[in-house]
Amino acid sequence: MRPLVTLAGFLALWWGISAYGTIPPYMLPSPQAVGAALWTQRAYLAANAGVTLAEIGLGLAGGALLGALAALAVAASPLLQRWLLPVLVLSQAIPVFALAPLAVLWLGFGLASKVAMAMLVIFFPVTANFLDGLRRTEPGWLDLARTMNAKPLHVLLRLRLPAALPALASGLRVAAAVAPIGAILGEWVGASSGLGYVMLNANARIEPDLMFAALVLLMVIAISLYVGIDRILRRLLRWAPGG
Amino acid sequence: MTPPGIVIAGLGLRFAGESLFEDLNLTLPAGEFSVLLGPSGVGKTSLLRIIAGLEAPSAGQVCADDGAPLAGRVAYMAQQDLLLPWAEARENVMLGAALRGETRDRARAEALLHSVGLSHRLRALPATLSGGERQRVALARTLYENRPVVLMDEPFSALDAISRARIQDLAAELLGGRTVLLITHDPLEACRLGHHLWVLAGSPAALGPPLTVPGTPPRAPDDDAMLHRQGELLRRLTGLRPA
Repeated sequence: MRPLVTLAGFLALWWGISAYGTIPPYMLPSPQAVGAALWTQRAYLAANAGVTLAEIGLGLAGGALLGALAALAVAASPLLQRWLLPVLVLSQAIPVFALAPLAVLWLGFGLASKVAMAMLVIFFPVTANFLDGLRRTEPGWLDLARTMNAKPLHVLLRLRLPAALPALASGLRVAAAVAPIGAILGEWVGASSGLGYVMLNANARIEPDLMFAALVLLMVIAISLYVGIDRILRRLLRWAPGG
Repeated sequence: MTPPGIVIAGLGLRFAGESLFEDLNLTLPAGEFSVLLGPSGVGKTSLLRIIAGLEAPSAGQVCADDGAPLAGRVAYMAQQDLLLPWAEARENVMLGAALRGETRDRARAEALLHSVGLSHRLRALPATLSGGERQRVALARTLYENRPVVLMDEPFSALDAISRARIQDLAAELLGGRTVLLITHDPLEACRLGHHLWVLAGSPAALGPPLTVPGTPPRAPDDDAMLHRQGELLRRLTGLRPA
């Protein structure tokens, strides 16, 4: 109920400013104009939203998988921890934005460069959160495992990994929130489809209602993605306090 | 499975430059319940952890009186139940097998849960169990390991008096014939369960003369000889004079 009230309030404010304010419509189109653009251009918008959605989905799946595997590898091997961890941390000093032109140069204008960008922004929060969880296993459990003559690999997979799933879930929630950033970033640097491309194009052609329509769709995608992933994780991790 | 006695010889433990205990000598008789009491912080848990192989002593050694190594023959039950919150009661009981990569004996786990009175909670998650039930699952997990030596660090201290009395009966019945070392703060628990009682006190800590309790555990809570010993024990622990 609360989100609906917030949404209604936001729409009313938007409408009030566009109708009675002094902002010209080419800077802030009215909600009605944006609604009309959403409807009349629905086929065009849907096709491009599909492209962005695919980029986000593939990026999320690939980035989360690679991030989780990297965290497991680092947790399993002290050697990898010494060599890989500093590189991972240092890599975060490079602004992802600066890598977008490189991704387009190397991977082209198509899907691959956008998926790569999304994976890049997703990888680190997933790895960092999961690894943190893997390193914080309850010491009592590890003691118990030692008295049980446990094998390190089984301790990792059957004790440390499940215990770190709530931490992985935190990482995935952050990933869900930042995944659209990576995809849109890639589209802005060079693309021939996708919502980011629609926005740039509409902006250049002074079609603010279409640009806002694309923005609205992007917000809907981003919010649904976050809420959907959050719900699934909560259901899967019912045993964890606070989900 | 003939349980060995445990010989503790010349044991010393220094921690951060301070000596917790020095030249500690003690023999835990084979197949009997030994109970260790003493003020908090005196080093009881450290002693237990050294016997369990979880900590290394600064001096001296712990060995089995049959000459075979002690490692792999010890089960450990901590103050917290250490149940895995994502695993059902039955899975928790079989944890040791899972962590060693062995096939899990579901029928045996169920029989053990039955023997601790939890046959109706086989598939319950720990969060849905009461404190007493959780410790009974932990007891079943300890029994599943089927080790001749069992070390228990105040496992029942967080339970209410009635649950505690019931689980004491269970522990005495199910652990009978094994070499058990139990740490407790509760003189009644010590006298109900123990064949031999020791008090560890002082700094560096030293053992007082052993106290034996007549009769077979679990002793009735209104057994006269047991109550007399309990009084004597409480006097030793508090330094009160005889009446």
